Amino acid sequence: MSHVVSPIREKLVTGGKSYSDVTHDICKQVEGEPTKEWKIAFGISTLVFAYGAYCLFYTWWQGIGVWGLNKTVGWAWDITNFVWWVGIGHAGTLISAVLLLFRQKWRTSINRSAEAMTIFAVLCAASFILAHMGRPWLAHWALPLPNTYGSLWVNFNSPLVWDVFAISTYLSVSLLFWYMGLVPDLATIRDRATTKGRKFWYGFFSLGWTGSSKTWARYEYMSLILAGISTPLVLSVHTIVSMDFATSVIPGWHTTIFPPYFVAGAIFSGFAMVQTLLLITRVVFKLEDYITIEHIEMMNIVITVTGSVVGIAYLTEFFIAWYSGVEYESYAFINRATGPYWWAYWMMMTCNVISPQLFWSKAIRTNLMVSFFLSIVVNVGMWFERFVIIVTSLHRDYLPSSWAMFSPTRYDIGDYIFSFGLFFTLFFLFAKFLPVVNMAEVKAVMKGVSSEFTIKRIKPTKKTEE
Amino acid sequence: MENSNKRYWKGIEELTNEPSFVKNVHNEFGNMPSENDAKGESLVDGSTTHRRDFLKVLGFGVAAVSLAACEAPVKKTIPYLNKPEDVEPTIANWYASTYTDGGEYASILVKTREGRPVKIEGNTLSSISKGTLSGRAHASVLSLYDNEKLKGPQTNGKATDWQSLDAAFTAKLSAVAAKGGQIRIVSNTILSPSTKKVIAEFAAKYPTTQHITYDANPTFGLTQAHGGILPSIDFSKAKTIVSLGADFLGTWVSPTEFAAQWAITRRVSSEKDGKKDMSRHYQFETILSNTGANADYRASYKPSQEGLVAIALYNAVARLTGAPALADAAVKVDHLDKAAKDLVASKGASIVVAGSNDTAVQQIVVAINTLVGAYGTTINTASPVHYRQGNDAAMANFIKEASAGQIAAVIFYNANPVYNHPQGATLVTALPKIELSLATNDRADETGALCQFNAPDSHYLESWNDAEPKAGFYSLTQPTISTIFKTRQAQASFLTWAGLSNDFAAYVEKNWESNILKGGKIAWNKALHDGVYEPSAAAVSAVSPTVDINAAAAVIAKKYTASSTALEIAVYEKVGLGTGSQANNPWLQEFPEPVTKACWDNYASISQPTATKLNLKQGDVVDVTANGYKVTLPVLVQPGQAQDTIAIAIGYGRTKAGKSADGVGINAYPFIENGMTGVSITSTGETKAIAQTQTHHTVMARQAVVQETVLAAFAKNPMSGRYKPMVSTSEGKKDATELSLWNGHKYNNHAWGMVIDLNTCTGCSACVISCSAENNVPVVGRQEVVNRREMHWMRIDRYYSSDAEVEDLQGLEIASDNPEVVFQPMLCQHCNNAPCETVCPVLATTHSSEGLNQMTYNRCIGTRYCANNCPYKVRRFNWFRYFQTDDFDFNLNNDLGRMVLNPDVTVRSRGVMEKCSMCVQRIQEGKLTAKKESRRPVDGEIQVACAQSCPTNAITFGDMNDPVSAISKLLTVEKEGRAYHVIEEINVKPNISYLMKVRNKDAKKEA
Repeated sequence: MSHVVSPIREKLVTGGKSYSDVTHDICKQVEGEPTKEWKIAFGISTLVFAYGAYCLFYTWWQGIGVWGLNKTVGWAWDITNFVWWVGIGHAGTLISAVLLLFRQKWRTSINRSAEAMTIFAVLCAASFILAHMGRPWLAHWALPLPNTYGSLWVNFNSPLVWDVFAISTYLSVSLLFWYMGLVPDLATIRDRATTKGRKFWYGFFSLGWTGSSKTWARYEYMSLILAGISTPLVLSVHTIVSMDFATSVIPGWHTTIFPPYFVAGAIFSGFAMVQTLLLITRVVFKLEDYITIEHIEMMNIVITVTGSVVGIAYLTEFFIAWYSGVEYESYAFINRATGPYWWAYWMMMTCNVISPQLFWSKAIRTNLMVSFFLSIVVNVGMWFERFVIIVTSLHRDYLPSSWAMFSPTRYDIGDYIFSFGLFFTLFFLFAKFLPVVNMAEVKAVMKGVSSEFTIKRIKPTKKTEE
Repeated sequence: MENSNKRYWKGIEELTNEPSFVKNVHNEFGNMPSENDAKGESLVDGSTTHRRDFLKVLGFGVAAVSLAACEAPVKKTIPYLNKPEDVEPTIANWYASTYTDGGEYASILVKTREGRPVKIEGNTLSSISKGTLSGRAHASVLSLYDNEKLKGPQTNGKATDWQSLDAAFTAKLSAVAAKGGQIRIVSNTILSPSTKKVIAEFAAKYPTTQHITYDANPTFGLTQAHGGILPSIDFSKAKTIVSLGADFLGTWVSPTEFAAQWAITRRVSSEKDGKKDMSRHYQFETILSNTGANADYRASYKPSQEGLVAIALYNAVARLTGAPALADAAVKVDHLDKAAKDLVASKGASIVVAGSNDTAVQQIVVAINTLVGAYGTTINTASPVHYRQGNDAAMANFIKEASAGQIAAVIFYNANPVYNHPQGATLVTALPKIELSLATNDRADETGALCQFNAPDSHYLESWNDAEPKAGFYSLTQPTISTIFKTRQAQASFLTWAGLSNDFAAYVEKNWESNILKGGKIAWNKALHDGVYEPSAAAVSAVSPTVDINAAAAVIAKKYTASSTALEIAVYEKVGLGTGSQANNPWLQEFPEPVTKACWDNYASISQPTATKLNLKQGDVVDVTANGYKVTLPVLVQPGQAQDTIAIAIGYGRTKAGKSADGVGINAYPFIENGMTGVSITSTGETKAIAQTQTHHTVMARQAVVQETVLAAFAKNPMSGRYKPMVSTSEGKKDATELSLWNGHKYNNHAWGMVIDLNTCTGCSACVISCSAENNVPVVGRQEVVNRREMHWMRIDRYYSSDAEVEDLQGLEIASDNPEVVFQPMLCQHCNNAPCETVCPVLATTHSSEGLNQMTYNRCIGTRYCANNCPYKVRRFNWFRYFQTDDFDFNLNNDLGRMVLNPDVTVRSRGVMEKCSMCVQRIQEGKLTAKKESRRPVDGEIQVACAQSCPTNAITFGDMNDPVSAISKLLTVEKEGRAYHVIEEINVKPNISYLMKVRNKDAKKEA
């Protein structure tokens, strides 16, 4: 992989950083004492996690009757949260793999945290897979494991089984990709380590990295191979998740547009989540020189593009509902927009379709506060998109006798809070103990910068000699 | 062998003959401690602990600790030392018996397993009940296992034994009798001739005894109008049926019997020369009753108009027949003239029934029936029925006497007038004035708790009894289990107190052999086996009672008003809970009322215009006051109800019936006497959700769900009104079911299926209870029903018509003010292309080789994907553990209540999905029985619970592969006629077909 950066491009890392500056800037978070901000943030997320864990425990102890589900609406917040988190988990792989293949150099400073976010988001999603089950202690039955029942096998017709494969593959590949990218940086920290413990643990996890040309070459090959494997996964995971709905018979779910629509939505929400986290990280860890306004702008552009794709998908659904002439489907969509859950629908429309269009203005897409706000708005919208698809389709399907409403209980909310607690606890642990920016790759994109620096460096030396 | 002097030694000690060795040389185990050494030494002082002691203590300690640590579940199973002759484990025994509760009657078969009754089915040998059962009769088996009944006799609230009670009570009773004090026995209707004889024996011993009979749901007016008898009614002979507020399909007199008769007149066939005529049913009423919901034409009136409506109908009929008309008060009710025309046109096959308890109104109805020739055809006075023997006047007089302190002793024989008599409150103050009081009620209920003695009667399934529901038609009750508590059946008590042998079984037999049966012991055995004894057909008389209609009209003119806008209360009875006698039965509490779909409560139902006028909406809690009696209850908006009326059901508001019943709803009995005037309703500002199993009430013009037509169109073309969904393809329009991804299933053996006739389903919901009893469906309680989580495998969807246009989706959600109603039983459709089967990740729901969609509970991990993907929403999820959980303190939470469980059906654990299995346990049992006899199952041999319990035979179950089965024949005929699948176009190919509803109306409402 060549890291040639055209001199006419804007600098990806600003502030005239040297290689050692990079190493120092990134490693100091890991090596130094935790900052006060980190302690506060971590403390809060642990508290949130603890409360959420209590709610989840209560749910498991009592049964999922503590949620607001009923005989008509069998999925609501559980699967909404699941799809939402999986969707968020898309950005990491997209940034690492697809942007790698497309040689988008600007990804280097954000891919690490985006990948970490992916993994944590997928873990959060997985927690809802377990939580939503009536008998979670039997979750392993969804795996095609050998058993004592003879030929008893899983149902390969079921999209939930496809889900199991898709999510577990995605998680393992993402984990591998992330970890592999970490190895050179872990070795850097190992080499800088001043304490025995740090030396041992970072040494252990850096797998004996020597930094020789051969290892670097292998690293590069491996990155490309994993990127090649991950790229179809980016498309497949949410395609398969969408099939949970698309292959059903429920009006509003049974829609062939779902796979591309879900993938676009996933990238949309994933980028928004990365954006949210980056904007916090760059301030908290003072990484403004690595995560620049240009990064933010690029992310905002991707958000606008995918948001527009999602908007077109919404309109297409409506058109098809009318054009198909299917009474139930037409009703499902009219009911979404005008029925008892109209507010959720319009929340989704406003957040997902209208708000990203603001980024057509350069002033807005380079404004940090607005970007931050809108990145949250987008994820609120995407949560409502899943809620709308799941709940408003189920609550009024074929037989009007079964029509019902869903309203969440404190445990629906508590279990959602659990996932936030889990996510942020893991993310803050990551931010403290692992380098949040890929030092090795960032250094690679600083080539032009470093030569400049060399010249700069020489000049003051002369001055001191004088 | 060479002699040797060699000496072997075992150790140096022996060789050297050390003194210590010599001392122990005869001791085989050397110096080891012996038991003798330990003797006398305390283990506790610990000076020396020997090996064996150590092991003893250790062994005891381990055993004691482990015993103390684990609370071993005590399973109270007792093996048969001597196996009873008839009891085979896992094989059910069936006994013919009789269900009676007051005037409710059904001849039944009781299924017992290992000696405990678990299910009740109808006895088809009875020509009266014809195998039909109400939901209450089905549920009565659970009342047997009610843990809150009295567990034995009590004196002043303290447990005692029967000897002491008998001694104390007879002593006091004799003292009362000696003084000449008045003794009263107060009971509801008694159908049993032997019991009446026992009471007569008691009265002979204590001559001041009078027997007072009253009914909580009386028909005293009807009886009075017929000279003291209740004529038998046969709707099956009627071509025109007019009901003035009589809910004869739901609650009036003998509803399941009437429903079966009614259904005969409603059944039509699509066959070329098949039956294409139906009775025409007019219903005039205040509330929208179960019967009104099934009527062809329906109009509403206020309770204060009832008598005038009867006169208006009489006049309309009189005008057509040339009889003299009565003074008319110009009451405005739709369809009245049309009804009169039809009544006269079908003279001799017409009937008018009225629910009113007002003798004057019933007299007018008698006059109408006379004019239309009902006597001798549809109404028969020569063969009276005994369902209601209550004498309201006698009861009122008793309360008056009691209040005046003129009664010295009273025995409440299974009667609870404090609760279920309108003057219950008066009785509460009167009871202390009675010197001696006793109740045989099964629990210390509202009346029983106020009595000095409680001599609890046994449940009917523990008792001997007989019944004569109709003159000359007899029926026997036999015990199917020995008494669970220390109860004694009341007849035995009366015999004891009368100083006779308390063997009531022998008494009944003797009574039958000498007074009823011909043929001695053999005839007795046959009667006991059959459960019924019907020696001769009923006599028929065309004589109609003579009534003075002018006098009646005068009474009516005084009492009723033609039009008023004042609020009135209409007190009615619910199909499920009835009079409230079995209110502590959780199955009945969770019974969704056919029309309102509400359970676990009563409520003030008002029409939408009235609600708008009063500024009330559904769920608002209101205070309803009438003449000083005030209740607080939520509002339910009921389409079809008369304007300016508030309808409140009786049967609720129990205070001493048990945990399932107490505090549920309010007592509406006091309104019976004073609900017509001085009614006010005020909002309390609070709201309370009503536990309804259906909250959307219209069908949203979805023709694929409910299909219906009118008789005239149907007679011309059996496919009229049928909706055939077509799909556009590149090759033109195709039948939706022609296109499929799937190859279909091959059924080489059986193909089970079901056909449900929407025309004869009355929505009575007896099948719901029967299904729950058969399949161990848990009760989830009020809050969980509000949360829309009821577990019923079988539900009856009820849809109201809407006046809106098809395109007006908002308008379609609003029911008409006087809607047409359709009932649609909905259960697992056992789809051949089942959407649930494809989505289950673990193959917990699969297709059987006989067409059943089957659930493997053990395999289910509870993703609920199947329920989401079910287009019919018939799958039920176990949100919690419904058994042995304090939050669900119903019958599954105590050992006794769990005795009702069907041992052939798994009790589902928390987190698994369940749904209708098409009673697979019955199919399996039937197949095995046939296999053992080396034959195929015969059609009708295997019956599913819902089909078996349907009073109108609206459900036909059977093998669709068997060309001679009833279902095959029916489908062959109806395939090009009424048969359709619900939402056919999604092509799930259900094994359950529905037969289109046909209304006997003139023309289609929407052309």
